[in-house]
Amino acid sequence: MNMAQAIAAVFRRDIALAWAAGGGAAAPLGFFAGGVAMVPLAVGPDRATLQLIGPPLLWVMAALAALLVLERLFQADLEDGSLDQLLLSSAPLELLVAVKGLALWLAIGGPLTLAAAPLAITLQAPLTATPAIIASMAIGFAGFVFLGLTGAAVAAGVRRGGVLIALLVLPFFAPVIIFGAAAAQAAVAGTNFWPPLALLSGISLAGLALGPIGAAAALRLQAS
Amino acid sequence: MRLTLSNLAIDRGERRLIEGLSLETKAGDHIALRGPNGSGKTSLLRALAGLLRPAGGAITLSLSGEEIDPGDRGGFVHLLGHRDGLKGPLDALSHVRFWQRLLGGSAGDCRTALTRVGLEKVADLPARALSAGQSRRLALARLIAAPRPIWLLDEPAAALDTAGKALLDELITAHCAAGGITFAATHEPLGASATQILDLTS
Repeated sequence: MNMAQAIAAVFRRDIALAWAAGGGAAAPLGFFAGGVAMVPLAVGPDRATLQLIGPPLLWVMAALAALLVLERLFQADLEDGSLDQLLLSSAPLELLVAVKGLALWLAIGGPLTLAAAPLAITLQAPLTATPAIIASMAIGFAGFVFLGLTGAAVAAGVRRGGVLIALLVLPFFAPVIIFGAAAAQAAVAGTNFWPPLALLSGISLAGLALGPIGAAAALRLQAS
Repeated sequence: MRLTLSNLAIDRGERRLIEGLSLETKAGDHIALRGPNGSGKTSLLRALAGLLRPAGGAITLSLSGEEIDPGDRGGFVHLLGHRDGLKGPLDALSHVRFWQRLLGGSAGDCRTALTRVGLEKVADLPARALSAGQSRRLALARLIAAPRPIWLLDEPAAALDTAGKALLDELITAHCAAGGITFAATHEPLGASATQILDLTS
């Protein structure tokens, strides 16, 4: 009972913080949407070209947006002393960390996933491809968040940890980008997108299972 | 309740800060930690909270004769550190609610806790609008909202005004009278009289 209460409290707080004034949600979303919207301006309106490079670009921009939010995920808690309180809860830190990831996924991954649909259309993706793009982006962003948790926890204690977190986390992003972009490309081309989507789901689930454990271990070290 | 330190050693970086520290405390004790800057007061408090692993020796907590696993000790302590653990955009009341749920408080009224620390008028203000002293008072509300038997206070009087210090003394006295244990690291002695003084000089 107490544990469920603690977990719900962390979830609610992180969602509220993501959307509070000056919170973190608007910046990555603007970065993602703005970055993707630049592409047709730079590349030109050629339909075939945009269809070819559109899905991969969406995924690269989503990965960078995820890096942006992961950087602050634990750093803020470490700096203001909230991390100590999380450690003193009787709920296991692994669960609290997983819930923080979940809140991040919903509060930032949710809008970002929805924004991916109109953005894909500006990149000349057919309307029929948007459900698959949305689904793959929702699943893949969870992969980014959970595979990135450990790196985010390790880099939390480092000033200007942005570079460190990129080095630590980007290798883990590679499989997500590969299969996420493959699913989106298949959807745009009208071919079977289920195999890459299934692999993407598997990768994200592996991240969900392992990421919080690694992150909790790193945070315990940071606190000591 | 008993909290026993036996032959405790604590390292910070490569340096040994505390060596061979033994202490017996029981319910109702208020231990004042003294010592110059860098003598290991904060490290000792963090070790007591279970956040810092001692380099040697042991910390044992037993409640009604039953020994608590060291990994679970964090669930019985409050740590009031240098940083108050506040989030700028969230209001004072939601902080208290959050701590109560996170730290397993009973369903007591959060507004009562805020009133106790004199913040009822700023309950709806975001934490970033609070002064340093108000922030510290808000952190004190955590001790009330989620009752826990052991209080570990690191410079608790910092930034508090005279009334705030008096409030702090009252809280400590009430906590110890109710059978709690308080460790307070301070430079200036608190008004609440300590039952033991632990000097970390040397």
